[in-house]
Amino acid sequence: MLEITGLRAGYGGTEVLRGIDMQVAAGEVVAVLGANGVGKTTLNKVISGVVPARAGEVRFDGRRIDRAPAASIVAAGLVHVPEGRKIFPQMSVRENLELGSYRRARTRRSSNIERVFTIFPRLRERTRQAAGTLSGGEQQMLAIGRGLMAEPRLLILDEPSLGLSPLLVEEMFILVRRLSAEGLTVMLVEQNVVQSLEIAHRAYIIENGAVALYGTAAELLAGPEVKRAYLGL
Amino acid sequence: MFPTEILLEALLNGLMTGAIYALIALGLTLVYGVLHIINFAHGALLTCAMFLVWGGFALVGLDPYVALLPVVPLMFALGYGVQRWVIGPASHGEDNNILLVTLGLSIILENALLAVFRSDTRTLQTDYAFDVVPVGPLLLSTPRLIGAAATLVVTGLLWLLLNRTDTGRAIRAVAHEKLGAQLVGIDVRHIYAVTFGIGTACLGVVACLLMPIFYVNPRSGGVFVLVAFTIVVLGGMGSVPGALLGGLLIGVVESYSALYFGDSLGQLGIFVIFILVLLFRPSGLFGARA
Ligand SMILES: Nc1ncnc2c1ncn2[C@@H]1O[C@H](COP(=O)(O)OP(=O)(O)O)[C@@H](O)[C@H]1O
Ligand SMILES: [Mg+2]
Repeated sequence: MLEITGLRAGYGGTEVLRGIDMQVAAGEVVAVLGANGVGKTTLNKVISGVVPARAGEVRFDGRRIDRAPAASIVAAGLVHVPEGRKIFPQMSVRENLELGSYRRARTRRSSNIERVFTIFPRLRERTRQAAGTLSGGEQQMLAIGRGLMAEPRLLILDEPSLGLSPLLVEEMFILVRRLSAEGLTVMLVEQNVVQSLEIAHRAYIIENGAVALYGTAAELLAGPEVKRAYLGL
Repeated sequence: MFPTEILLEALLNGLMTGAIYALIALGLTLVYGVLHIINFAHGALLTCAMFLVWGGFALVGLDPYVALLPVVPLMFALGYGVQRWVIGPASHGEDNNILLVTLGLSIILENALLAVFRSDTRTLQTDYAFDVVPVGPLLLSTPRLIGAAATLVVTGLLWLLLNRTDTGRAIRAVAHEKLGAQLVGIDVRHIYAVTFGIGTACLGVVACLLMPIFYVNPRSGGVFVLVAFTIVVLGGMGSVPGALLGGLLIGVVESYSALYFGDSLGQLGIFVIFILVLLFRPSGLFGARA
């Protein structure tokens, strides 16, 4: 569904992505792991068209999207829930969700809002509240809910567990597993290595702007490299 | 002291002028709130709109109020185009550049108008320019009353647009969270241009409301926009309700300072208030945001 080959990108004089190759197949949960600053968020931004690629290709359903405007990438069903949520703080919860279907699935807006409220009952109680006044966990729910409003075919989640309490982190991973069970394809970008590998089918480990290691989640969990580098064993 | 009737008349006149000021400030504050730029071309664009209304009247006898129909969409298209294809590309995303681009644009527009129309002052003669409506013991100018009513209608429409349509929600979304907006599929360049277009469309409305009672020369827009800048600061930069209330307040202040200190000093009170606000409430009288 998503194929990335030789992808390079950066900011000004610094190159952040130094030739990334990876794939996400329909129905998978693919984890993208790596320490802070290795370029995970940059990768997501290039895929979703807000940071330009400098070389390489990104294909979604076989179609090149590495020169496409961000709006058309959303229209194609590739939806990115960004790090730091980036919800619209001064707008109500409902308006945030409504804007989730700005470019896609607009005709099913009200039924999808109901669906999001079923997944996140806490948001229903806060429909009219300004999004900026929600708690961190609620803001993360809203960000994901806003992403779901577009009926994504591939959902990119950038560090959804960042800044959440351990209990909420657990809830977040359960949610990802549930969305996947309902048929959604997910690219999960995380620093929470163990929990991500527990729910992912496959994973890529990024170091220094390139894929250092990849394989099935089970292989990686059992392999020596991950144990040594990320689990401190 | 003046008799109550005169004070009351000054109040109402001030509110009516203030409504027009508010409409000019509304466009300015909307563009500031969303694009985060101070549009120095606002005055020159107002002058363009006023010449457009004047031209329609002088060439084909188009009544200034009927002129709303062509002038408002035309000004929207002009504003959209200028932002999308001139200001946006020329500024490369740097706020300082945008400032200079809008300043340059205003100089070009003003000089183009000077070249075509010279600095002569022009007016239109309508047969209702001096009509009055008796309100109790007072006589209120009909065109000014129409202007105030139209301002209220436009403000209401703008509120509906911003709060009840997807385009309006997109405008508000872009104002505070550009990345989030891009990621839900909002085309930010388009929304910037739409916002700029709405700002200039407001100027189109203002021009139609002003021309029955005011004159136009290549500098007349600038006079109004100076006051509008004061209102935007007074109301809180980027605040739409602030612009409306600030406009009304400034209209009243101007009206009373003209009453007490004479017509030529009418705008003195405005700038005294401006400086006081800058000193004591830099975020504006009504503005919550700093
Ligand atoms: N807008 C930007 N401008 C310049 N450098 C950036 C920008 N965003 C990120 N970087 C740099 O790019 C590198 C990778 O950042 P990022 O993609 O956010 O990594 P990660 O998400 O893996 O933590 C970091 O060194 C960061 O400082
Ligand atoms: Mg990141």
